[in-house]
Amino acid sequence: MTTLLLALAVAVPTAAAANGRSLYAENCLSCHGVAGQGVLSPSHARGVLGVRGLGPSLRGVGALSADFYLRTGYMPLIRPDVQPSRKRSPYSEAQIEALVSYVASLGGGPAIPTPHPERGSLSDGLSLFTASCAGCHQVVAEGGYVTDARVPPLEHDSPVRIAEAVRTGPYLMPRFSRTQISDRELNSIVAYVQGAKHPDDRGGWGLGHIGPVPEGLVTWFIAAVALVAICILIGGREKT
Amino acid sequence: MSGIGRWVAAGLVLLLGRLRRRPVLEPRERIVPPGTADRRAEWILVLLFVLAALSAAAFPVVYAVDAIPHQTQFLGLSLGLAFAFLAAASVLIGKRLIVTEELEEDYPPPEHPVEQEEIEQLVEESGDRFTRKRLIAISAGAAGAALGVAMITPAASLGPVFDVSPFFQTPWRRGRRLVDESGKPFRATDVFEETFYTAFPEGADREQLGAPLVVVRLSPGQLDLPDGRGGWAPGGILAYSKICTHAGCAVALYRKPLFPPTEPRPALVCPCHYSTFDPARGGKVLFGPAGRPLPQLPLAIDADGNLRAAGNFSGAIGPAWWGVRNRGAHS
Repeated sequence: MTTLLLALAVAVPTAAAANGRSLYAENCLSCHGVAGQGVLSPSHARGVLGVRGLGPSLRGVGALSADFYLRTGYMPLIRPDVQPSRKRSPYSEAQIEALVSYVASLGGGPAIPTPHPERGSLSDGLSLFTASCAGCHQVVAEGGYVTDARVPPLEHDSPVRIAEAVRTGPYLMPRFSRTQISDRELNSIVAYVQGAKHPDDRGGWGLGHIGPVPEGLVTWFIAAVALVAICILIGGREKT
Repeated sequence: MSGIGRWVAAGLVLLLGRLRRRPVLEPRERIVPPGTADRRAEWILVLLFVLAALSAAAFPVVYAVDAIPHQTQFLGLSLGLAFAFLAAASVLIGKRLIVTEELEEDYPPPEHPVEQEEIEQLVEESGDRFTRKRLIAISAGAAGAALGVAMITPAASLGPVFDVSPFFQTPWRRGRRLVDESGKPFRATDVFEETFYTAFPEGADREQLGAPLVVVRLSPGQLDLPDGRGGWAPGGILAYSKICTHAGCAVALYRKPLFPPTEPRPALVCPCHYSTFDPARGGKVLFGPAGRPLPQLPLAIDADGNLRAAGNFSGAIGPAWWGVRNRGAHS
């Protein structure tokens, strides 16, 4: 019985990896190359769906990157030269797990992190987020722009996704190592991002939490128009 | 009787006395035509004032009771309503209760043209005794101009005019170590590619605009630095002033491609107006309103493996007059 369980425990991931290999061949190979070696030159022949493959090597990126890119819907990417954006993954949960374990089997790499936001400090998180993240993601993690790219908002991201992004550095985002942002600090950052999803809007209308621009728009296009209308209403002139 | 009680009593007596006193005046001729009383408008006015009073009185109540949810919103609502009722009361007074009258006044008749000519002639003739008109005009002009210069001289205190040298000093000089926020020296082996660091001069004032650096590492093969900056980036480690040359914001964004063949090239970006600088090409402006490249600091790695400055910046820091605080410390 014990032997059987053990055999199952060994067999299941292997089966997942095997399943992952065929999924990989169908969906990823034209850009990431045979066994994740990458396609670094655009002169490569067209692959699946006529995609002109071009993509980085997946050796050593580990389960961390694969899990992040697949669960955010960043991969699969239809055209390799556009910025990947958040979408629903076309793969099922089991397929994602199979692909992740296959990519992890290509050459080690970091495992999926397990952040503990409950151990982090919200105020430390705010100062760390301000120092390292808010430049692009804005201070309430609403996202924004950097030249030639969009910066995604973090409002729908789970703690694991945020931790993965910090350690991966997807697309144009810098990658932060443990010497730069320790796991403890990462807990605080995740706690802050989770906290920023539902800010306590003491003033009332949050206006998307993106700063003074919408506030100015409300002032000019609603408040100022209302004021002028009232002035016209009460300041009627005698007709001569 | 307490002090407050006495004041209240005195106030009441004064108020009642004023109300009772009706100065007897002789009936005068009216200027404003008499209007008919509008009892309804008066009652509405009283109602508006009472509502304003009630709304305003709600403010301290809401302020005191912490148990009220959305306290801030209710505070705003009470004050807002109080002002709205007062405004409505003012409108009512102006529209319904004040007697209005229209007055017309004609434009004055035009001045007599002959009179004007006479005045011109008078002015001309009274200047007959001046024989050196131009000389006098020039000397008077000189006096006026000199006085004007004297008047605006104090404005020189607003900025540097006579001594601009402090504006070109930075805390960086050859051999000064780069430290992080906690004062720990940067080891060259701890600086990785694909991320960015903020560094400060060891043992110097970090508040000076010339102090903060943004440090990134690129692979040496990617570098295309301007001539004369050969050894400025040991191991591909580059240091730039963190102060944007456009408006002096902190250059807090580092764009780094994960897969360079399909993604934009590495860049340092200022979040204020998206000035974008190329770290691989000596801080060249790729995009945005910045007019000058980001000044680069030459680096060296010492025997212990720590990063040190190998000189001063390649150009002036920040937008303009960036040493103002530095100068404030001297004077």
